[in-house]
Amino acid sequence: MNGPHDVGGADGFGPVVREGSGEPWHLRIHAIAVAGMLSAGYGTPEFRHAIERIPPARYLASSYYERWMTATASLLVERGVVTSEEVGDAFPLAGPVRAPRLPEPGSDVTEPRFTVGDGVRVRNTHPFGHTRCPRYVRGRRGTIVRYDGPCNFDDVEAHSDGKRLEPLYCVRFEASELWGDASEGGTVNVDLFESYLEAT
Amino acid sequence: MSKHHEELTGPAARAAALEALMKEKGLVTDEFIDAVVETYSEKVGPRNGARVVAKAWVDAAYLERLLANGKDAIAELGFEGPEGDVVAVCNTDDVHNVVVCTLCSCYPWTVLGLPPAWYKSPEYRARMVREPLTLLAEMGCDVPDDVEVRVWDSSAEKRYLVVPQRPDGTDGLDEDKLADVVTRDSMIGVARL
Repeated sequence: MNGPHDVGGADGFGPVVREGSGEPWHLRIHAIAVAGMLSAGYGTPEFRHAIERIPPARYLASSYYERWMTATASLLVERGVVTSEEVGDAFPLAGPVRAPRLPEPGSDVTEPRFTVGDGVRVRNTHPFGHTRCPRYVRGRRGTIVRYDGPCNFDDVEAHSDGKRLEPLYCVRFEASELWGDASEGGTVNVDLFESYLEAT
Repeated sequence: MSKHHEELTGPAARAAALEALMKEKGLVTDEFIDAVVETYSEKVGPRNGARVVAKAWVDAAYLERLLANGKDAIAELGFEGPEGDVVAVCNTDDVHNVVVCTLCSCYPWTVLGLPPAWYKSPEYRARMVREPLTLLAEMGCDVPDDVEVRVWDSSAEKRYLVVPQRPDGTDGLDEDKLADVVTRDSMIGVARL
């Protein structure tokens, strides 16, 4: 989804502040989030998607572990493990899932279509569901620099009870291809699944 | 908002409320929470990554294995766990590598521990892909003009570990002493040694 999490290339955020250590509740929420996944049966992709579904203004105003807390509470309510009454009104929850639930994860794709050195273009897609394809590379041309083999395809797992494999590549983009005249040079290297890509 | 009200509605209070609810439902125990807290506050951290880098500096065959299969080479030193499928990228005289996760906060936990708050901030995630030289300079990391910056956006299965260049004047140091030289920030790529 084109959510508030997909911030690569956005302006206006200001300096990176290197503050001190975290608070004691941070690691406890880390543990609670893991326990939620184990007990309610959702995986990392669905958890990440719940974070992405936090309304944009709240997402940006929340700290990292506040987002984990919101995602965990939301998924536990959505899965019927707890009720929204039990969670209480004071607890903000994520927005609804807009992508359809997949009845089947589909068949594994294990034969790679591309090889290292191939030129590719990222498809200009805008799914409502979970994706690991950032907006700033969509429609852009790059070169495959590494093939990582068939890997679990997050986009499917987030919306299905099953999983399927898909070839995963690292694609190198010239910074000028991404940012035009504003580029500072060099390259940006992004790990992308095969179905995000088309041949050039 | 009064201080009392803030205590009732702030994130720490909500965290405590969620923890209490999950315990009541039998979804989590104190033992489980304590084990996770102990793991990430005491057992894993950037010292693991520093040992990997130090070994790669002194042992060319290990460096080769690290570059070929990061996960297996790191496991040789006993470091395994979630977010552990690591690709090592080496800084050279010509290339400086820096790591970001624009979509969330992917990070090589087994070698660096949990990421610092700034790594997870929208500021860092938004800017590192678009203005890496400006942001690196702001963070105190000056990259020479003739060095190419390679940004790695860890968006899927792989996590990245930067192998910084071994600094001058470290010839006489053994592996343990070399590991003391390696900083967390140099393994993310926001510092040079």
